[in-house]
Parts: sequence; structure tokens; C-alpha cells
Amino acid sequence: MSHHIVQALDIHYTYPDGTVGLAGVSFSISHGESVALVGENGAGKSTLLQHLNGCLLPESGSVRIGDSFLNPKNLASVRRAVGMVFQNPDDQLFMPTVFDDVAFGLLNLGFTEDDARRRVAEALETVGAGHLAGRPPYKLSIGEKRAVAIATVWAMSPDILVMDEPSASLDPRSRSRLIALLQTFKHTKIIATHDLDMAAQLCERTIVLHQGKVTADGQTVDVFRNEELLHLSSLEKPLGMQNCPVCTTAALLKSPRSHHPHGH
Amino acid sequence: MRNLSGNLLDISYLDTLAAGDSPLHRLDPRAKLIVTIAFIIAVVSFDRYTISALMPFGLYPVVLISAGRIPAMYLLKKIFLVAPFAVMVGIFNPLIDTTVLYHIGPWGFSGGWVSLVSILLRFCLTVAAALALLALTGFNAVCESLLTLGMPRPFVVQLSFFYRYMFVLGEEAGRVARARSLRSFDGRAMGLTEFGSFSGHLLLRTLDRAERIYRAMCCRGFDGHVPALRRMRKGVYTDVFFVLGWLVLFFIFRYYDPAGKLGAFMTGVWR
Repeated sequence: MSHHIVQALDIHYTYPDGTVGLAGVSFSISHGESVALVGENGAGKSTLLQHLNGCLLPESGSVRIGDSFLNPKNLASVRRAVGMVFQNPDDQLFMPTVFDDVAFGLLNLGFTEDDARRRVAEALETVGAGHLAGRPPYKLSIGEKRAVAIATVWAMSPDILVMDEPSASLDPRSRSRLIALLQTFKHTKIIATHDLDMAAQLCERTIVLHQGKVTADGQTVDVFRNEELLHLSSLEKPLGMQNCPVCTTAALLKSPRSHHPHGH
Repeated sequence: MRNLSGNLLDISYLDTLAAGDSPLHRLDPRAKLIVTIAFIIAVVSFDRYTISALMPFGLYPVVLISAGRIPAMYLLKKIFLVAPFAVMVGIFNPLIDTTVLYHIGPWGFSGGWVSLVSILLRFCLTVAAALALLALTGFNAVCESLLTLGMPRPFVVQLSFFYRYMFVLGEEAGRVARARSLRSFDGRAMGLTEFGSFSGHLLLRTLDRAERIYRAMCCRGFDGHVPALRRMRKGVYTDVFFVLGWLVLFFIFRYYDPAGKLGAFMTGVWR
């Protein structure tokens, strides 16, 4: 797996109940790229992510990770390369303690106990959760859970990091910490999100999904400037690219005064 | 229903207590587990009319609670919470078994009443001991000890998953129940149809969640075997001493009936 390329070739997927998840998605992501996956609710973002490590297998079309096309036989090696952080950390943290949870993947990969312990400690330190090691996951706050969920994947040092809504339900400071952390990850990142400000900060490239199809794929700045496209996908320009509402209001409030310089 | 999630959170308080520090906390979990199992077997092995011979067994939970600095009121409340089950088991005994066994003054006590008291006493002793064990050891350490003592791994994994997701399910049920009560203004309890869809929804959500958890496990290389780090240290003198000491005491309590002997001695002295 030399190049860490992620390639989707005309993927189609329909859920058992008939809902169309993906209707022909194609793209190619090369090593080290950081890509945001945006789109309205139900556009197919999560469905697409689940195809990238074989949680779902496409009905037609194929997924290429590195040198090989994903199939049931190479699932293990693909999952080793693609680390996936789920939307709900409660689904990802199933072991009795935080420490065990981060060690779970490592021990499955065949790490020795000593190596596993060392890497668990490092991963927890990286996400700023070193002090939580002995705690049971259900006692953590959502922000802590999210950090630990990232550590569980981080510890396995994946070549490709796939995240589903990593900034959802985080308080602003935890969110900035998350962004700073993700900036240190130099391999390929694919992040599905509604947080377009975060996408603008982290990802140079953005893919827009709409009703199971790719409607745009390009430089994040260009995509986010295209208001028509954003509107179609129930998205809005990131706040960072809008005129600041506070400054605008302040300016409006100030303006009548400027006409009456000799007022009260 | 609000109480359901409240009570579950309250149970997790046992884990908080288990994080404490006392000589009893520091004992090997296996030692505490073995003694507690022996205690439970000894207590339930008496015949159904036994009351006085059970009394000395109260020593074990009392020692655990006081030496382990466990809040006794909290434990009592937990015992009362599950007490209805024990009452249900024995409630019909006084009606069925009416042979009079004892006379105290003018009152006669039938075998049914005696066995009901005996059931309640055993219940209190065993539940107190089990809760004290959890409060001194923590659920996960108990699971690990079960594993090292030879319980098959699938059972232990099942048990720890149950414990992990009990809280998630409880909170979910609590939220749904609250959402329902906020929109039902007549203050009625949940009707049968409502309850049907309530529990059905919870079941479906649980299945969905199980699916997602399984996926998350697969993503991290799960192959049907849950790996675990061994962190049990070797038993030391104090552990062995703790186990042997209590086993000897239980043996004496079980076969020599110190309470009965003491009673016979006292009444003998006064006569």
C-alpha cells in the first residue's frame, strides 16, 4: 500500500428498504490530501464513508484503497490502513475502560502488550485524554468521549483517517482543539461534516454530495464561494467567509450617530 | 421512568466507590470474589427455618462496609430497591405453612412466617455482600477475576457489554419517557399502546446500535475474540490471609452455630 490513494469508481448503493444511498459516486484522492465531504442531511455522506473501509460494499462500482480494490478478502488490510471515527462515540467506545478501548485495535493487530501500552499512552496524550485512561467510557462527557474515540483510531496510526461529523456537539474550545489536532495529522484525511468553517480551515479540497451524487469537487475556497451550489445542497457559506454579523450590526448602530455628532 | 435512568446512574456510583483506597480496596479482586461466593453459598445452604444461625454471617458485610468506608445508607437504599423481589418469593409462605413453630408469650409463630423472615434475612445478607463487593472492587475487576478464575470468555464479554450499554439504554429510555411526559398533560401513566411503541422503538434503536458497535469493532480488527490486557498481579500474603480467614469463619458459622451456642449458654447461666 504505497500511495494511500483512495479512489471511488461509480459507486452505487441502495439500502435494503429501497432508499438510494449512492447513485454513482466517483472521485480520486491522493496521498496527503485533506478532503471535506459536505452535503445536506441524507445526501449520502455517511453511506459513502462506510464504503471506504468495507463496512458497506457497493452494489456496483468499486473502491480502491492503495494498490488494491476493496473486496471481502482484503478487508483486514484495508481496515488497518483506513481508520474510521464514527459519528457517535458511544458506538465506538465499547470496552470497560478507556485504556482497554484504545488497546482493543492494537491487540487485534497483534501488538505485544508492552508496545500496546506504550502506544495507548501516547495516543491518549496526543488527544489530551491521558488522565482518562482508567475511567469507564459512560462516565465521560461528550467532548471527552470524542477525544477518546479519536485516540482509538489514532493509536493504530492509519494511513487514511476517515471521520464522520467530528465536530458535532463539541463546545467551541473542544472544537478548536480538535481542529488543531487534525492539523497535525499529515496523512490523507477525509472528513464528512456540516461544519463548513472547520472544513475551510482543515481541508484544501471539498467534495459536495447531493442526493447520492457528486455535484462539485474542487478547491474548498471555490466551492464555498459558489452560493448557488451551496443553496442547492442546503448549505450556507461558512461564517468565516460571510461579512461578520456583529461588525455589520455595530456599523449600523453607529451610523445614525455619525449623522448627529453633537447629540447626547 | 425518570427514576430508571436516575437509579442506573446511582449504580455507577458503585464504580466511583471502587476507585477509593482502603486495605480492602487494595486486596486482589479474586480474593474478594472467592470469599463473597463462599459467603453466598454458606448463607443459602441453611434449611428454610433458620434464623438465629444466620446472624453471625452479618459480620462479613458489616466488616466490608465499615473497613471499606462504604456509605451504609446508600447500600441500604439499594437493598430496599430490590427487596420487593424477595418479598414476592416468600409472601405466600405464611398462608401455606401454618404449623406453629415458636411461641413468644401469647403469640404463636407459624413456620411460614419463620421461613419468610429467613428468606428476607438471607436476601439482605447476600445482596449486601454482593453490593459491597462491587463497591470495593468495581464491575470490571470482578469480570476480570471471573475470567482468571476460569469462567468462559464469551460469558464475561457478554457481562461487560451488558454493563457498558445498560447505561446508554437507560439514558435513552429516560429521554424518551421524558419527551413523552412533557407532551402528555393529563398525568396518566403510559397506556398499553403507547408502551408498545415505546418499547418497540427502544428495541429497534438497540438493534441499530448493536449493528453500529459491531461495525466499529470490525473496523478495529475484531475477529470474534476480545483481547484483554492482563493486569492482575500475583496474590500476596494479605490476599491469602483474607480468603483463609473468612473461609474458616464461615465454616465455624455454618457448622457450629455460635449464635445458638451463645444463646444456650446465656439461658443456661440464667437458669
